[in-house]
Amino acid sequence: MSSLVALPILIPLVAAALMLVVRNLFAQRAISFVALLSSLATATAVLVDVWNTGDIAVSRLGGWPGSFAITLVSDGLSSVLVVVALVVTTTVLLFAVGQQTPDEHSPYYHPVYMALVAGISQAFLAGDLFNLFVAFEVLLMASYVLLTLEGNRAQIRSGTTYVVLNIIESVVLVMAVGLIFAATGTVSFAELPERIAALPDGVRMGLHLLLLVAFGIKAAVFPLFSWLPDSYPTAPSSASAVFAGLLTKVGVYCLIRVQTLLFPGELSNVVMIVGVSTMAIGVLGAISQHDMKRILSFHIISQIGYMVFGLGIGGAVAIAATIFYLIHHIPVKTSLFLVEGIIERNTGSSSLDDVSGLARKSPLLAVLFLIPAMSLAGFPPLSGFLAKFALVRGGLSAEQYIGVGVAIVVSLLTLVSMVKIWVGAFWGEVAPTSLINSVGVLRQHRSMATATAILVGFTLVIAVAAGPLYEFASRASDQLLNIERYISAVRSAS
Amino acid sequence: MIKSKILEELIDRWLTKVGTLVAIFITFRGHNAPGGGFAGGLILGAVFVLQYLAGQQPTIRRKPILNPERLLGLGLLLALVTTATPLFVGGAPLESYIWSITLPQIGKVKIVSSTFFDFGVFFVVVAVVLMVLTFLGTRGGAISHEPTDGAG
Repeated sequence: MSSLVALPILIPLVAAALMLVVRNLFAQRAISFVALLSSLATATAVLVDVWNTGDIAVSRLGGWPGSFAITLVSDGLSSVLVVVALVVTTTVLLFAVGQQTPDEHSPYYHPVYMALVAGISQAFLAGDLFNLFVAFEVLLMASYVLLTLEGNRAQIRSGTTYVVLNIIESVVLVMAVGLIFAATGTVSFAELPERIAALPDGVRMGLHLLLLVAFGIKAAVFPLFSWLPDSYPTAPSSASAVFAGLLTKVGVYCLIRVQTLLFPGELSNVVMIVGVSTMAIGVLGAISQHDMKRILSFHIISQIGYMVFGLGIGGAVAIAATIFYLIHHIPVKTSLFLVEGIIERNTGSSSLDDVSGLARKSPLLAVLFLIPAMSLAGFPPLSGFLAKFALVRGGLSAEQYIGVGVAIVVSLLTLVSMVKIWVGAFWGEVAPTSLINSVGVLRQHRSMATATAILVGFTLVIAVAAGPLYEFASRASDQLLNIERYISAVRSAS
Repeated sequence: MIKSKILEELIDRWLTKVGTLVAIFITFRGHNAPGGGFAGGLILGAVFVLQYLAGQQPTIRRKPILNPERLLGLGLLLALVTTATPLFVGGAPLESYIWSITLPQIGKVKIVSSTFFDFGVFFVVVAVVLMVLTFLGTRGGAISHEPTDGAG
């Protein structure tokens, strides 16, 4: 199995290289899909193996011994996230192809998209801090291009904010990596826990805070989130769907690694307070907005707060809930952005003032919106309810009553703002100004609708398979908390 | 723009050739000594920058088959194929193999598979320099697909 671990990184990269040579649009689309589906197949094989055996799959690049090799580590958390990421990126690509917009027709769209996928996979699989940094750079470079590919005024303006903020994040991260190397003499995840534990308290806390700030910017937690609602809404719909679903979650994944592997249980109060304030402030921001993309962007922040809150509580139950939340949130958020993309493609606007009466025009689209929206708000029996329920249970067992109270209020407020979109865009008379033509919204954009439907179906599968999935999440969380297991798996790998 | 004939001659006749040789030497040397594909690529890139400053088009741009994006793709492909090949023979990705062969007249020659990776990096770096020279300052929207049959 260990030989398959590297493939979700390698295949997209090979595809990207190939597409720089082959520049025919149809060939590029075919290569992209083949690459994504074959990566998905290998990632699924690794996941099944990890699921069945409970082992940690390790691949040493170059076959070098000890800490000389670049290690890729696929434990429960990593393997499931790679699979979810590939499912989401594949469906979004289908959506982008169906969208027929200038950005997808650019000869750089497909190679850059593949580089983004490779960066995301690498971030989830990296077995040391430096390669994690490299993965971040790869996915950030790709995201810069995707964000500004159309090159219009609004995109360049918000792209500038995005680039500057992310460069600051990269500088903080590379400083943290450098200082950690200076203090401990290693960057490997398998060697760091022991050596960090031996550091003096002050140094340890400083390094920890640096990492928290770096990944906190990436994950858009309070108070480091201001770049997100500014930049995501201007991106092309397909790009913003991937960014919304995946990029901030890479930050959350890194926070999980920091809090469980490198600095287990330290500063958890800080993390918890940050998580609680993130969910509250995010949702308040969302309620005050009047544009669908901006509402949804603020909800990303609010939802990140839930995961960070779970991480702050710590312990097997809460971390399992965080992992389950992560798995549920990625497809739900992405599908909401895709629905918004369809609306925007049809009406030319994402403002609630310009759009109304969509439920009458296209009942199916309304259903496609309603399922993930209710899931986001935590309605039973959808996946969001189960994720929130698990989190609340974790919070109660750790006696974090204030945080749990805030979480419940926030999820009511989430419902309020989802209802706001519902009432504004889907109910009411068909707005005379809207450009919807009478053919029916979905019949016109079959592959966009199919992509969205697949993703919504995927969220329903998560809800139906919640039992086994939650069990897997608990096992993944046990794996995370058992640092010795991680270390010995990396050491014993050949 | 005033072009200096002497500078052009000097660069064309000497720097280009010597620079290219140095770049290739540095790339090969990189296996056991400082150097390698990245450094070699930068040196050849510097040669192209000099050509550009002397008022010429970088030589590679005259050959349409080697436009920089294609070169970038081919370099990346070479590096990645070298990365992935060991997987098919049961090794780890990026694993390096060494063969020794004896050639008549020359003697024993060591061939290392990672050299191909180095040359992949070399081409990538050169292509990036060329792309910077070509595209910096042009409008991004102006670049579009080569004519495809009704792609739209």
